[in-house]
Amino acid sequence: MKKITLLTAACCFFMATAVQAETLKILTWKGYAPQVLIEKFEKDTGIKVEATYSNNEEMIAKLRATRGAGFDLAQPSQDRISSVQEKYKIYQPVDYGKIDAKLFIPSMLDAVKANTRVGDKSYAVPFCWGTSGLIVNSDKAADADDWSALLDPKYKGRISYRLKRPTLIAMGYALGYDPFALYSDAKGYKEMLDKVAEELIRTKPLVKNYWANGDALLESMRSGEVFVAMAWDNGGWKLHDENKAIDFKAPKKGALGWIDTFAIPAKAKNIDAAYKWINFMMAPENAGYFTSQEKVPTASLDANAHVSAEVRANFERSFPKETIDNIKWYPPVPAKLEIMEGKILDKIKAAK
Amino acid sequence: MKSGFRLSFWLFLAPVLLWLFLLIVLPHIDLLLLSFRGENDMGDLVWTFDNYKNFFIEPIYWNTFVRTALYAIVTTFCTFVLALPVSFYIVKLARPRTRGFLTVLLLLPFWVSELVRVYGWMILLRESGVLNYFLLKTGLVQQPVEMLYNDATMIMGLVYTSMLFMVVPLISAMESLDDSLIEAASDLEASRFTILRTIIIPHCKPGITSGAIVVFMLALGNYLTPNLMGGKNSLWFTEQIYNQFIASFNWNQGAAFGFLLLLLSSGIIWIGLKLSRQRLGEVAA
Amino acid sequence: MANDLSVRNLIRSFGDFTAVDNISFDVPQGSFFSILGPSGCGKTTLLRMIAGFDEPSSGTISIRERDMRGVPPNKRPVNLVFQHLALFPMMDVAENIGFGLKRRGMNSAEIARRTETILERVDLPGYGKKQIRQLSGGQKQRVAIARCLVMEPSVLLLDEPLGALDLKLREQMKVELKKLQAKVGTTFIYITHDQSEALVMSDRIAVMNEGHFEQVGSPRELYSDPQTPFVARFVGDNNVWSGEVTESGERLTVRTGEDLLFRTRSHESYEKGSRVDLFLRPEAFRIEPTDSTDLNTFEVDVKTILFDGANSRLLTVMPGGHELLVSLPQNRQFDHIKPGDRILLGWHPDAGLCFKV
Repeated sequence: MKKITLLTAACCFFMATAVQAETLKILTWKGYAPQVLIEKFEKDTGIKVEATYSNNEEMIAKLRATRGAGFDLAQPSQDRISSVQEKYKIYQPVDYGKIDAKLFIPSMLDAVKANTRVGDKSYAVPFCWGTSGLIVNSDKAADADDWSALLDPKYKGRISYRLKRPTLIAMGYALGYDPFALYSDAKGYKEMLDKVAEELIRTKPLVKNYWANGDALLESMRSGEVFVAMAWDNGGWKLHDENKAIDFKAPKKGALGWIDTFAIPAKAKNIDAAYKWINFMMAPENAGYFTSQEKVPTASLDANAHVSAEVRANFERSFPKETIDNIKWYPPVPAKLEIMEGKILDKIKAAK
Repeated sequence: MKSGFRLSFWLFLAPVLLWLFLLIVLPHIDLLLLSFRGENDMGDLVWTFDNYKNFFIEPIYWNTFVRTALYAIVTTFCTFVLALPVSFYIVKLARPRTRGFLTVLLLLPFWVSELVRVYGWMILLRESGVLNYFLLKTGLVQQPVEMLYNDATMIMGLVYTSMLFMVVPLISAMESLDDSLIEAASDLEASRFTILRTIIIPHCKPGITSGAIVVFMLALGNYLTPNLMGGKNSLWFTEQIYNQFIASFNWNQGAAFGFLLLLLSSGIIWIGLKLSRQRLGEVAA
Repeated sequence: MANDLSVRNLIRSFGDFTAVDNISFDVPQGSFFSILGPSGCGKTTLLRMIAGFDEPSSGTISIRERDMRGVPPNKRPVNLVFQHLALFPMMDVAENIGFGLKRRGMNSAEIARRTETILERVDLPGYGKKQIRQLSGGQKQRVAIARCLVMEPSVLLLDEPLGALDLKLREQMKVELKKLQAKVGTTFIYITHDQSEALVMSDRIAVMNEGHFEQVGSPRELYSDPQTPFVARFVGDNNVWSGEVTESGERLTVRTGEDLLFRTRSHESYEKGSRVDLFLRPEAFRIEPTDSTDLNTFEVDVKTILFDGANSRLLTVMPGGHELLVSLPQNRQFDHIKPGDRILLGWHPDAGLCFKV
């Protein structure tokens, strides 16, 4: 009797691991694992892909709760890796030998390596990049060209932004600070945050709502309820396809540039599949397909040939050379800033 | 015989106890421990009361809780005021066949997720929404009105979500109310309002209390509705807990807030029971 | 004497069904008036229309000469004691009794005084602070009546209030209710399906059947001189033969199914050959009559003795199998009768009554 039970238990265990060996669990952003590419990957390798959609904060919280288990691959932004890794140890170092370096834009690969270094190990490779800036309805708000438009009484009730840390940083720029320079100066950063909070509370009556869901924001822009919003560039481009008056605008003080990465959770089960997926996604035709779909450029070196013409047109329209040079790239976030920012965000939301 | 009964009793109880222990008690103990941990200036984890102290020292946390609790009470009251005539109609006035239909109608919104329900409201109420379209068409307004993102809309959303949880206990309480009591009161020269105040409400008191507890807890613990419909001024206490856990990575503070929510809401319910001179056991029975 | 209640041509129909069919009657001030009928005869509908919980389809109800059309229940000078009493369980006895007075805006000292007075009146002094669930059935009954009486209604309506009580208590309450009514002098309208309740308590009784009144009269009139076969069957016990008139006149001669010839009376003269039902009360029989002149006589077999003290009967069976109930006076004269005996029965033609079928 006992033997049978043991045997059954053992069988179950092996079957469970066997099934898991054939699956790749990705914790990523919506749109980062297009269905077409998932199917292609499954056909090529026989590995089943399960994607869970999330955002930076929730990705970290999920991995922290399981101490880095439950997923084989995660896609956090590069600035949110090093301090989190130092504290919670939720990732494992990337074995760059298993990465096909030829597929990457070398400068970007090096930058991400440098930015995600903890001790003498690095923890991520770049996947794609983009910026936060303004989405403007130029029929209604033709002269909105900088972050300060979000504080402008002219657009009362027609302004929308997220109540999240990028907004605080954008407002820091709007008020004449250099937030990224203040990262290392906690006291100066706090002063800036207080000033930003004061300004955002003062101008609260101008805001229609704090958007939380990207699709909902696009709908508000589309229906003409919102004229100026802080949002990601690809959202603006999506709207531009439908209505030429609406477009993404990089603010004069510089759009905020982010890079999303591939990072491998500490207790990932199927590491080989994770590397296979990374190399698969960075292959020019796949990366190009992704960019055409989501309007998000990648770190893939030769993907441009596979990107549709209109997406390239979007990019060229919004990002002339000097605008690209003006992009403010997020440096790694030092620990402790988030608690400070959290308090400020609560304060703004609670204020009347 | 007796020991046999005992054994089967424990056998049946075991899964329940196990479930309670593994899924409720154990995580809560973990959270409780977490809530008493914090970083000192050196960045090391130490035992501390700071997380609880923060709640009382920082006016923003305290105010958010008070605000959340007050709105939850207002929601409970509005739900009650709306649910009372609805359940009275269903139990005492509607014909048996209509009764079933009406009950299903009440249940219907719960066949979709809360998120979908809230988005439904948003489509209806937004500036370019359905309601404004008709108001403009009929010439009742000249400019579209923004009906979302204010406290009244948020409370309406919460009331809508909570309605069923008030109506169901009220219906079961009212079913046991003998019609002749209402007629007797009417015969003794009582007006409709007096009958409501002196006969129907006292009779339904256990139902009202259990409904009110559920609605209050649901409103207090709601996250989506205040966040999506309440817009920019509606910091709800649950959102603060979420923010501590997710945005600020401060699990210790979040855990402390969670426990404070548990304690304070239990306290409010206790006060409510004391004021209406009831005991929890009576209500549950 | 003035009438407290006058009902004229009252009709209440529900779709095709007519629950109350053209009823008119008057109830004089201070009397005990009962409406007696089987369940489903429309008596509750009638009562609810008087109380104001239901509206007549046509006809008028006046209380003390005031037309009650459109007057809601809480504005009518009548009060109703409900079948299941409908005492408010969330209030104590005093609050129940004071409920109506409070609605009139009376001050609490006066309410307390009147409550205590009425509790004494119904023999429950000092019961004010008791909870309803602490009372016995009879006490609840009296509280329910007190709660109505304290309102000093023109008419007190009672909807089978003794129905829920056990037999012993019911017998006792009948007498108490009668005494109470005599003491307070309020007009009582009492509806019941129990003929004994109606006969014991009432000054006048209306027998109701299928929406109309069969007969209105004093208990004695109803018992000894029923005007319709329904009343004859429903009020008190009766033996029934069906037969055929063989001889017309002031006294009819009826041939029964057993081929017996009986002389009997009737309210009107029926022609020879008419089919009739002949009714005879159990107490009309004389057992083994010594002098059988003028009596209808015949022999029966005793089947059983139904002993019930003063109300004892013989169950007898005629040769054809027809069963008869015969009163058995407990004066020891008939102690010798045993089941299986053949006995002679006689009855006087004035005691029987026949109706054409």
